[in-house]
Amino acid sequence: MSKKHLENADMELALSRVDGRVKVTGAAKYTAEVQLPELTYGVLVESTIGQGMITALDTKKAERAPGVMAVISHLNTPGVPEYKLQNQDVIQKQLRVFDSENIYFNGQPIAVVVADTLERAQYGASLVKVVYAKGKSATSLENNLSRAVMPKKTKEDYMRGKAAAFKDAEFQVEEEYTLPSEAHHPMEPHSIIAWWEAADKLTLVDKTQGSQNTAAIMAKSFQLSPQNVKVISTYVGGAFGSALRVWPHEIVAVLAAKKVQKPVKLVLHRNQMSYMVGYRPHTLQKVALGASKDGKLLGISHESYGKTSMYEEFTENVLAMTRMMYDVPNIDTKYRIVPLNVSTPAPMRGPGEATGSFALECALDELSYKLNMDPIELRLANYADQDPDKKMPWSSKYLKECYQLGAEKIGWDKRKALPGAVQEGEWKVGYGIATGTFGAFRGGASMKATFKPDGTLLLQSAIADIGPGTATTMTIIASENLGIPVEKISFQLGNSTFPKAPQQGGSNTVATVGSAVVAVCNNLKVELAKRAAKQKADWGNAVASTIRFKGANLVNTDEPSSKIEFASLFGAESPNELVITADAAPGDEKNKYSFYSFSVHFIEAHVHELTGVVRIKNAVSVIDCGTVVSPKTARSQSMGGIVGGIGMALTEELVLDDRNGRTVNASFGDYHVPVQADIPQMQMMFVNEKDPYLNPMGSKGLGEIVIIGVAPAVANAVYNATGKRIRNLPITPDKLI
Amino acid sequence: MNNFQYTRVSSPAAAIAELSKDPTAKLVAGGTNLIDLMKYGVMAPDKLVDINHLGFNEIKKDNGTLHIGATVRNAVASGNADVLKYQPLLSQAMLSGASPQLRNKATMGGNLLQRTRCGYFYDISAPCNKREPGSGCSAIEGYNRMHAIFGASDTCIAVNPSDMNVALVALDAIIMVAGPKGNRKIPMADFHRLPGTHPELDTTLDKKEIITGIVIPDNHLAAHSTYLKVRDRASYAFALISVAATMDLEGSTIKDVRLAMGGVAHKPWRLTAAEEFLKGKTASLENFNQAAEIAMKGAKAYEFNAFKLKLAPNTMVQALKTASGIKA
Ligand SMILES: Cc1cc2nc3c(=O)[nH]c(=O)nc-3n(C[C@H](O)[C@H](O)[C@H](O)COP(=O)(O)OP(=O)(O)OC[C@H]3O[C@@H](n4cnc5c(N)ncnc54)[C@H](O)[C@@H]3O)c2cc1C
Ligand code: SF4
Repeated sequence: MSKKHLENADMELALSRVDGRVKVTGAAKYTAEVQLPELTYGVLVESTIGQGMITALDTKKAERAPGVMAVISHLNTPGVPEYKLQNQDVIQKQLRVFDSENIYFNGQPIAVVVADTLERAQYGASLVKVVYAKGKSATSLENNLSRAVMPKKTKEDYMRGKAAAFKDAEFQVEEEYTLPSEAHHPMEPHSIIAWWEAADKLTLVDKTQGSQNTAAIMAKSFQLSPQNVKVISTYVGGAFGSALRVWPHEIVAVLAAKKVQKPVKLVLHRNQMSYMVGYRPHTLQKVALGASKDGKLLGISHESYGKTSMYEEFTENVLAMTRMMYDVPNIDTKYRIVPLNVSTPAPMRGPGEATGSFALECALDELSYKLNMDPIELRLANYADQDPDKKMPWSSKYLKECYQLGAEKIGWDKRKALPGAVQEGEWKVGYGIATGTFGAFRGGASMKATFKPDGTLLLQSAIADIGPGTATTMTIIASENLGIPVEKISFQLGNSTFPKAPQQGGSNTVATVGSAVVAVCNNLKVELAKRAAKQKADWGNAVASTIRFKGANLVNTDEPSSKIEFASLFGAESPNELVITADAAPGDEKNKYSFYSFSVHFIEAHVHELTGVVRIKNAVSVIDCGTVVSPKTARSQSMGGIVGGIGMALTEELVLDDRNGRTVNASFGDYHVPVQADIPQMQMMFVNEKDPYLNPMGSKGLGEIVIIGVAPAVANAVYNATGKRIRNLPITPDKLI
Repeated sequence: MNNFQYTRVSSPAAAIAELSKDPTAKLVAGGTNLIDLMKYGVMAPDKLVDINHLGFNEIKKDNGTLHIGATVRNAVASGNADVLKYQPLLSQAMLSGASPQLRNKATMGGNLLQRTRCGYFYDISAPCNKREPGSGCSAIEGYNRMHAIFGASDTCIAVNPSDMNVALVALDAIIMVAGPKGNRKIPMADFHRLPGTHPELDTTLDKKEIITGIVIPDNHLAAHSTYLKVRDRASYAFALISVAATMDLEGSTIKDVRLAMGGVAHKPWRLTAAEEFLKGKTASLENFNQAAEIAMKGAKAYEFNAFKLKLAPNTMVQALKTASGIKA
């Protein structure tokens, strides 16, 4: 039997990143590396209190410092025109930059110093003196649960069947799980270069997950006509959700450029990445499960309390997975947020679900021990054959295959049901598993193709590539559709003036932009066939699906005799290139099917008896994301997901000093992302079965499900190894001794 | 960062002269700690005196005694054949610190004098007696997970962050120093100090003195040496607890043993009482457990570091087990 699923070895042979060489050789210029004539540098001054007001701001010394061109604060800001149009009373939006003396969180930008060199701007910033009227800041989630509110956009709590039905069940689990705040910490810090080409014309080189989104927000903020704002974001060194919106430092750069009438570069310091560009919010969850003795779930109750800022409501889908993952008759969920003196959180890889799955999948594991049932069996006993929330069929679901493939790969039969039963020397060995899921989405996008007589094809889209290898994937889609070799195709992205694309986020790029690639390729083929028909009548019947490029020819695979040199198809009016555009949008499939990607993560953890040190020895992720278009970059995505999940489980935690809301471990030395030595042997497997409905490629999303479920799999493995259930991440050695 | 002058000296005397002339001058070796602190505004010397060209970059062996120059890089010393043969503990300790890139720059002298990693020390908006004497200690009632359990005072509870220092104190190293009044030798155990009422002073080195090298006397401990570092991730993190354990075993009898802990005090913490207890005894789990209990006498925890009261003895027992090679 031929196997369809992909394993590590299959993927190593696939196409490497088309932009890999420029990235590893440094030829690719990221925002902070871009140089412009007359470039100036902005450095932020931030508040050092968590709540209160600025009563005096002394900028004289800074202004007199060598090279300093301007010090801008609420006292002299050129102003953001949009603020005047907004209602001043309701603070339900992005922090207003330099708009008042009010301080809402520690680390809030309160001034910027612009100078002719970075060092002079830094020195200038150190000379700004601030006097505050300090208020009492509140940053602890646990101590402020009484402030919890239902988000304004939520109308009511969710309920299916009966509330608190778990209480009627024979076997119950009722526990609390906490996840600390986590920083995104992409390798590239957030950076921007802003300049006003004219009084009404703004150009930005910016780190963003959506050049067009940034352009639109900037146009609105500064009341400019949309076509007068251009955003270039050719290379993005990771973002994980932290560049899905316009942050205060970006507005600051634009204000500063206005003031000094020169381009201003502003690069965040690594420490500022901990509190200026969002984070996964500290969240407390209460989960209760009830099941019969054969493992059938009767009811789930799930509550979530997450941090948000004082000025803005941040919400995420923490409870979505609970509502659709398992076939459970009774479910009630409650979602609350707690406004505190912190900056606004942001979506972070697997937003919501990564948090929710930690509680849900750990609680299920706890239940499996109470039932004395294998955790995979427990999940299969509650397998949902259709979406129990939307009551619709799945578009595709190969989750059973994931459980099976993964169990074989990790050697699940080595797991002992009794915790602490497997020992290797001084290390206790345990196995854990958890499931992940994330909605599979598709939006609308356009694409421009420029085809030349030499057979080269250029595709352009505004889409960002924050790391998944978008250009590579799109090149493969075009090449497979057309038959043009990948070397002859180039894909340009990250520019707001290119054809329409959504932000890169929520795992929908392949579905959305890939569909536009297919559409433009089909349009190109049909246009060429139309032209060919003028020379050879049999081309009149050709349809896109049977037209292929072969060497210098265009062929109709239905008519083997038909073949025509495509160079002959360029008309007199444009002899050198053929430009084709296309739009692609989803149809009504959303109304008929429920679209989700699925993943299962298996972890083998070793825990040192005396020191509580955890070492992950083996990790297997098996993924149902539909067709895998680009195996090598898909594998990289999955690898990154495992690494991120291990960080979430074992090492990452943003710590605030609740006395004043300052981040205590903002530096990269103190905030622990996993290092090479923390990363085990990893095996990434893809079921690789087509989704028939979402898009022409048959692909669902991948970027989120690769992390969703990894952390609970680790926690479950640690329990299996030690009998210690750690419900507050990260699982550092002190919690296991 | 402030503007500063940079000067490169070619003799120890010239370096000492620069320090004597300008009280705010600082020596720079690898720069991996000092430059960081300058960027954070924690230290603001007017002058940097580069001592990388004084010829202190050699490792010499005199019978079994090792002389390691002050500017020998940690990467070089940890891979040196004589160090590996005579003092493997030192190599292990250095290799557990920082990252390969940092160890390529970091020097022996700089490592000895690296400053605490207390987060409040680094944050110039926070009160800190070490950075600004008299301003208060933010850690005592703050986030003190990484802080001391031994020898702290009510002015400062910071720990010395170095791994190398823990091995050096266990090995009875001697710090060779040159100053305006000539040369002197400081036993490693007396080199770092407890905070007392002067947490701004990390060591007993005078401001005008320079370290020229480190001497490690020969011993019979090489065969049974372990540096065990417990940290929040597998590499590139400072110790929650670390233990240097090395012993001279005759059969299963402990003829000599040295024990020191890191991550617990303002100085690398030698565990003399536990050593005394173990000398002459059998290498057994029971004896190791008792030694650990002795070692922990006088330990005191704060809000976030109470786990160290358990992790420290556990780590010590594990280090002793590994060093002695006993199974149970
Ligand atoms: C991110 C990070 C992680 C780290 N992790 C660890 C770790 O896990 N474990 C660990 O042990 N260390 C760790 N380190 C610290 C590292 O070991 C030290 O920074 C390094 O040893 C300092 O050596 P240097 O030569 O660069 O010192 P420098 O920065 O050049 O100097 C440090 C101090 O020593 C003084 N000095 C230097 N040489 C002499 C001399 N000969 N005589 C008198 N004074 C002198 C300088 O004036 C200065 O005050 C880490 C550092 C960083 C940045
Ligand atoms: S422990 Fe020491 S270094 Fe840390 S804040 Fe207190 S005085 Fe400063």
